Amino acid sequence: MPRWGMVIDLDRCTGCQACVIACKQENNVPFSTPATAEKGRQISWMYIQTEVEGESPDVKVRFRPMLCQHCDRPPCIFVCPTRATYITPEGIVAQTYPRCIGCRYCANACPYTVKYFNWTAPEWPKQLQASLNGDVSVRPKGVIEKCTFCSHRRTKAKETAEAEGRAMRDEDYQPACVQACPAGAMVFGDLDNPDSQVAEWARSPRAERLMEDLGTKPKVIYLKEGI
Amino acid sequence: MPHLLDSKTAYDQDRQIFKPIFTSGRGFYTAVAILASVVGWAIWAYCWQLRNGLGMTGLNRPVYWGIYITNFVFFIGVSHAGTLISAILRLCRAEWRRSITRMAEMITVLVLFFGVGNVLLDLGRPDRALYVITHAHFTSPLLWDISSICVYLTGSSIYLYMPLIPDLAILRDVATGWRKPVYRVLAMGFTGTDKQWHRIEKVISVLAVIIIPIAISVHTIVSWVFAMTIMPMWHSTIFGPFFVVGAIFSGIAALITAMVIIRKVYHLEAYLRPVHFNNLGILLFVMTLLWFYFTLAEYLTAWYGHEPVEMSVFWAKFTGSYAPLFWTMFLTCFIIPFAILCNSRTRTINGTLIASISINIGMWLERFTIVVPSLSNPRLPVEFHFYHPSWVEWSLMAGCFAGFILVYMLFTKLFPIISIWEIREGREVAVPETVARIQTYLPPATTVEEA
Repeated sequence: MPRWGMVIDLDRCTGCQACVIACKQENNVPFSTPATAEKGRQISWMYIQTEVEGESPDVKVRFRPMLCQHCDRPPCIFVCPTRATYITPEGIVAQTYPRCIGCRYCANACPYTVKYFNWTAPEWPKQLQASLNGDVSVRPKGVIEKCTFCSHRRTKAKETAEAEGRAMRDEDYQPACVQACPAGAMVFGDLDNPDSQVAEWARSPRAERLMEDLGTKPKVIYLKEGI
Repeated sequence: MPHLLDSKTAYDQDRQIFKPIFTSGRGFYTAVAILASVVGWAIWAYCWQLRNGLGMTGLNRPVYWGIYITNFVFFIGVSHAGTLISAILRLCRAEWRRSITRMAEMITVLVLFFGVGNVLLDLGRPDRALYVITHAHFTSPLLWDISSICVYLTGSSIYLYMPLIPDLAILRDVATGWRKPVYRVLAMGFTGTDKQWHRIEKVISVLAVIIIPIAISVHTIVSWVFAMTIMPMWHSTIFGPFFVVGAIFSGIAALITAMVIIRKVYHLEAYLRPVHFNNLGILLFVMTLLWFYFTLAEYLTAWYGHEPVEMSVFWAKFTGSYAPLFWTMFLTCFIIPFAILCNSRTRTINGTLIASISINIGMWLERFTIVVPSLSNPRLPVEFHFYHPSWVEWSLMAGCFAGFILVYMLFTKLFPIISIWEIREGREVAVPETVARIQTYLPPATTVEEA
């Protein structure tokens, strides 16, 4: 059984936000208005965390694409009172929207703060409503949502592979952010398959997981920037 | 003890307790009108929130919990006023308990509903609240919480009801009109036979023992909702006992506040005497010291360890944006009550009242400064938005407090707020019994011949 994971090379990341837009488009993430942003309520399953180092003129800006880390031991799933958030056998941390009671306990338990709440009913400009992705359910107000590693694409890829009578390949299933990255900074695939590109990148001496000391065992791995 | 049920004598001897049940003045109706309008306003505000979502609150990412959860912890804490204190006093055979146990037990049962209610107010999908039971997930501290609160609610309701039965029987005999059938049903055919007395006393004494671990478990588990996560300044082993101490602390304070008001409004000066306030004041003083001890232990270890994630929360409370709330908490939870309660000259009715109100404010602030600053300072730098509770949250909070006072008031109009039979039992049975008991503590005096 595959163990899906992602490696992001921070040396290649340009902070262009293509992954952010691709994610929103793919997953029917509602648009934020300046008002929602001001209140700290925008939903963005993927966002670029920026860190400014040094003082002018000697400034260095670091970018880190932040998304659900899909922990192997996710703190969020233990605290959920209804199993609305759970981990699939293939290691994807998922959220069942119709089961979620909106207590936001998982959001508080997550050390990465990557779970988002629907404070109000989602809205799209009329012109964009036709471009909603039919494979992804639109979330009602009052539930938690988060990155799913585009798991609807996994379902599709698996069904296609089965119909064609072959095994699923890594390239059959790629999340939208990985596909969109113009710098080729992200790879996705089966971490347990030693021949996969994602496993090869994960073996890099630059590989690090966020807050490894917490024992959450994330499956999003970052390749540290060189100097 | 069958004579304790002699309703006529009971009515004559303790008429002051019966008075608020059978007669209501204008003040009562005015208070009901005011409180009911606040509750009505809160219901409207809740409908507004229900329709438009939790976006109507001031909550945001990362401050996912705010006033509702603060109120939840606060109300569950206040619930420790009653059953636990009444149980401890009963077990210790503290004779001065007799006129305060009923009030205390009533606080527990009623305030629990408001505690649980605040969790429901906080849910994004309250229509799915029952999923917690139908799709139970046993590793979630929220499920433990619901289980322990249900047990506590059941236990303390029975514990309130059992000592009420003899009083209901007295009321059944005294009352007229629509009340009579109500009391008849509630008194469950109690006529005061030896067998019935024996049963009631047995149930009360067994419950008094069982209810103590249940009460402790309730607030321990409330603290575990926070402590089981790895959030900075939540993930603390001391949280269980720290919350239990805070709960008893705020519970006694709430009880004293209620006692002062009831004493004044219902003219029960003869029943609630300065000695009651002095004794509870001493208990409150002990809790003040314990509160200080736990607070010191909690913050000193965090500061000494100096872990960066913990320190960001620590400084947010000590010098940062939550410092005004934190230091007000310290003033109202420790300095003011300590100054008042350490001296027997200020441990008067008014003195304990001021200390109690101060503690109630302080303990609410403590709950707030536990819930919010940890959430505002997550491990990863997230865009910070200061949490300002919205008018909806303030309205619902006002509604909860008004609703609690309202239900409590109505309760005093149906049931005696002071246990009638226990007062009589105190006069007629306990006085000689206590003298006899004290004699058993002492060696008999030796006479000259024996020496």
